[in-house]
Amino acid sequence: MFTRRSLALALAAASMLAAGCSRGSSRPHVRSENERKEAPDFNLKDVNGRPVRLSDFRGKVVLLNFWATWCGPCKVEIPWFIDLEQRFKDRGFAVIGIATDEEGWDIVKPYIEKKKVNYRVVISGSDTMELYGGVESLPTTFVLDKEGRIASAHVGLVSKSVYVSEIEQLLSPAPAPEPAKTSQLTHPTGGGK
Amino acid sequence: MRLKTVLLALILPLLLPAQMNLLSVAPPPKLTAKRGTTAEAKLNVQLQNGYHVNSNKPADEYLIPLRLTWTAESLVVDGTTYPTPKMEKYEFSQKPLSVYTGDFQIATKFKVPSTAPLGMKVISGKLRYQACSHKECFPPKSVEVKLPIDIVN
Repeated sequence: MFTRRSLALALAAASMLAAGCSRGSSRPHVRSENERKEAPDFNLKDVNGRPVRLSDFRGKVVLLNFWATWCGPCKVEIPWFIDLEQRFKDRGFAVIGIATDEEGWDIVKPYIEKKKVNYRVVISGSDTMELYGGVESLPTTFVLDKEGRIASAHVGLVSKSVYVSEIEQLLSPAPAPEPAKTSQLTHPTGGGK
Repeated sequence: MRLKTVLLALILPLLLPAQMNLLSVAPPPKLTAKRGTTAEAKLNVQLQNGYHVNSNKPADEYLIPLRLTWTAESLVVDGTTYPTPKMEKYEFSQKPLSVYTGDFQIATKFKVPSTAPLGMKVISGKLRYQACSHKECFPPKSVEVKLPIDIVN
């Protein structure tokens, strides 16, 4: 028997399956380590023809943003990403923009020059979009942890504070394991009598 | 059992690619056109609620315009009339954008040469559009249109 509640839950689950990530969520959501999957590697060229291989960014937190010049919401995020690159690059962070314009560099190059984009931008066809689960709408953004795993994914425009929060969380060193409490540590002298 | 069917019907669309059926064009009725005259075909376009497409003259140079093109063979396209766009402000835009929403109509005039072959023919059109919601945009896409035309004396 389907109740209203079970119907709503099933619909919510289906939405998540369909999206594979948060759609326009206004809250940060970093997956727990055991939920993270490795981000598919790619090797694409930047505006200067230099290769950009995702696996070369291991050890850094990476914000991977699929965008296009015809995408209005994407253009809102670009100044945020310029700022994030500037703010966090010395702490082991990098932004990679993956432009999906069919016209390629003819349209993307003047645009990123005009906007003074300070992070690496590459051009991708549908193949890289497929690698990432079939990116269907833009912007779609993945935040990767230092091990190159997808820690969060967002479809659509979210707020800058969401990205700041997620990046901060991923850049912070993991909490050290608590020291084991033994009688020896508690009583270094062997204590007692 | 009925509830299961309803549930499936509700869930399946969510699992399909997000852009499917955002915009649809109703199959146009047969157009009867006399040789040596001009005939007008009207296309009825439906866009899902919550989405917009750029008009044929978007305000921003980077935006992709709505464009209807025809492979008219022996007919000559004599102009396409797009509806008056709406100027709408979205969360992501600093200034209003020139867009279409909901249902709208596009008209095309065809000149029928006096030498055009008589009888039924089907001409093909493509409506290229680029749709967005207030938070996300979908890649440009084209919808095929088939227009049956009966050319008479």
